[in-house]
Amino acid sequence: MSKTDLTRRGVLKTGTIAGAGLAVPTIFTAQSARAFTNEPTGDTVTLGFNVPQTGPYADEGADELRAFELAVEHLNGGGDGGMMSTFSSKTLDGTGIMGKKVEYVTGDTQTKSDAARASAKSMIEKDGAIMISGGSSSGVAVAVQGLCQEAGVIFMAGLTHSNDTTGKDKKANGFRHFFNAYMSAAALAPVLKNLYGDDRAAYHLTADYTWGWTQQESIQAATEAIGWQTINNVLTPLAATDFSSYIAPVLNSGADVLVLNHYGGNMVNSLTNAVEFGLRDKSVNNKNFEIVVPLYSELMARGAGNNIAGIPGSQNWDWKLPDEGTKAFVKSFGEKYGFPPSQAAHTCYAQTLLYADAVNRAQSFDPCAVGEALEGFEFDGLGNGPTLYRAEDHQCFKDVVVVRGKENPENEFDLVEIVEVTPRAQVEYEPDHPMFAGGALGSCNPGA
Amino acid sequence: MDAILLQLLNGLDKGSAYALIALGLTLIFGTLGVVNFAHGALFMIGAFCAVTLQRLLSLSYTVIDPEKKDFLGNPLEIKIPYVEKWFGEAAGQTIIDWSVPLAVLFAIPIMLFIGFAMERGLIKHFYKRPHADQILVTFGLAIVLQEIVKYFFGANPIPTPAPEAFRGSFDFGVLLGFDPNVIIYPYWRMIYFAFAMVIIGAVFAFLQFTTFGMVVRAGMADRETVGLLGIDIDKRFTLMFGLAAAVAGLAGVMYTPINSPNYHMGMDFLVLSFVVVVVGGMGSLPGAVLAGFLLGILESFASMNQIKSILPGIDQIIIYLVAIIILLTRPRGLMGRRGVMEE
Repeated sequence: MSKTDLTRRGVLKTGTIAGAGLAVPTIFTAQSARAFTNEPTGDTVTLGFNVPQTGPYADEGADELRAFELAVEHLNGGGDGGMMSTFSSKTLDGTGIMGKKVEYVTGDTQTKSDAARASAKSMIEKDGAIMISGGSSSGVAVAVQGLCQEAGVIFMAGLTHSNDTTGKDKKANGFRHFFNAYMSAAALAPVLKNLYGDDRAAYHLTADYTWGWTQQESIQAATEAIGWQTINNVLTPLAATDFSSYIAPVLNSGADVLVLNHYGGNMVNSLTNAVEFGLRDKSVNNKNFEIVVPLYSELMARGAGNNIAGIPGSQNWDWKLPDEGTKAFVKSFGEKYGFPPSQAAHTCYAQTLLYADAVNRAQSFDPCAVGEALEGFEFDGLGNGPTLYRAEDHQCFKDVVVVRGKENPENEFDLVEIVEVTPRAQVEYEPDHPMFAGGALGSCNPGA
Repeated sequence: MDAILLQLLNGLDKGSAYALIALGLTLIFGTLGVVNFAHGALFMIGAFCAVTLQRLLSLSYTVIDPEKKDFLGNPLEIKIPYVEKWFGEAAGQTIIDWSVPLAVLFAIPIMLFIGFAMERGLIKHFYKRPHADQILVTFGLAIVLQEIVKYFFGANPIPTPAPEAFRGSFDFGVLLGFDPNVIIYPYWRMIYFAFAMVIIGAVFAFLQFTTFGMVVRAGMADRETVGLLGIDIDKRFTLMFGLAAAVAGLAGVMYTPINSPNYHMGMDFLVLSFVVVVVGGMGSLPGAVLAGFLLGILESFASMNQIKSILPGIDQIIIYLVAIIILLTRPRGLMGRRGVMEE
């Protein structure tokens, strides 16, 4: 008779080791068997839409929310399907995501990083959101992206234009469809050379936070590469409302171009002040004085009124693009809401479809599987032509739209005209480009 | 020299807005003893009076133009303002173009009514309550007013331009013997400064040279004694609240071409205006005006590149820095009265 020496401690130890040993192969072979944060177990799946519902970007947030609601309607088989019919990937069939009906919760970022993190946390922990999307500030995007990485859910960024979002602050769980400051500058510089020549002296006013800094760095480098000189760069507080004391020194600085690295209300006010001080009527160095706004939005153009006429800038997308995806989205959005969608609405709609499609292709809601499905994914039919979600930094690469404020708008939506659609190849850069250096993508976190 | 002069003009201009808001705040504090945190909201409502009038004057009927298409490819609906139908195209466009100056007249009764309603409906219940309660209730009111405006007008700034004739800028330097194009200054900002001076002068004249003003000043000094003389000082103080609201509102109306109005513009000015009031001396009308212009000018100079290169970030802290220095050396502010907020 063999002697057994069973002790409580020995059984526990052996059981733990054996259990871990048996579990190991499943990690590599059967992802569906692994638990992850907010794994949907019923007939529904919950997405979290975190947008500014109050604060200075509330109008952008409201448009983002409209787009999210439209995307959910289309995913669940309602409406006309919008861009689902033009999307090159054909996994979306109106039956939800992987057969589960899509539900959503919303949060208010207030365009503040701490408030955005708090609302995203609540959506993940209390509402069981498996993906977070939205936002309209790079400060918010970077903060929420970090939170999603820690929590183990996917972050499909909304409107964020700082290089840092997919540069030094990039995260494996975060994906950006929107373009960035480098791409704006790369698209804009050749157009500026055509419009204003290669012998210009630029004066920059820059919003004093992550987006402003990378925007200014990018446009300075791109314009200097075409021969422009940089006279000065003055940082302005984000809370500033009257920019006249910053505009006044431009008059006698020797500059013949003013670059406004401002967004939202800041841009509306600084541009109004610049026009009011007669900068556009001035002649300096025997050239007409010009103003450039590197990042445009139609909502901002509406705020700036006639002052925007003739001023060039860049956009991620414009509702007047002629491709079939854009037409389908504008029709769908326009018929539902009575006005054309903004670029913020477009990027949020596209991100929702891209997430849903990635889950269907991966046949899993596991964030690591979804991330893998998005990395290196090439698609078309969502506006801007063929697009790549680059694996190295999770940045989308697509054509960039260079626009100009329209001189004689025919209606209230006809505020900007498309000057050029800059091909994707012209705005691409290496993942280790110095403006995107630092930080690491890391590895995906599936959470629980 | 030209840069300094330009920033001086800018400072007077910023100071005009600070002084007008601080003047109203001090009127309310001096007469009613109420710390009104909703005063910035009154400035904002004034600005939205201009927006409202602009929209009323632009009310339109639609005509279908089958030749042109809207964004969905349907026949384009063209909006024609009723004023163009009634007064002819040129006259109608001029009326709409002049909506900001016309809004000054439009805003006076509205602001007076809002002021009376605020005082009678809410503020009077807080006269005998601590200042902390007054601050809480008026701050809450400011947020409510702000949200109402946002609900009706949206969150984005709304362009409200000056009349065509006053857009553009004036070569101020030539008048002073400088070369052309060295000191150019926007027409509307000069008008805003002149307007502020007129309003400030009118308020002082009203308080100084009318019997009504004399009674109010007496009431500010000793409310109970004036009441014992059989004068209904409460009614006069209600009128003063309305007047203060009108001053803030008119400051807002005239400010709209300088910066497009948005729902949080009142909050942007409120904290600065309180600093102005404290620096000027709580309860002192001349102090509020003096401090308004002083801090406006200092803020403008602090944003000059030459100064920022020596002291980075000084433009963001200058007002608070000066406030600390003045309050350390003159605890009652520049022209503060003994006994105010000192019990």
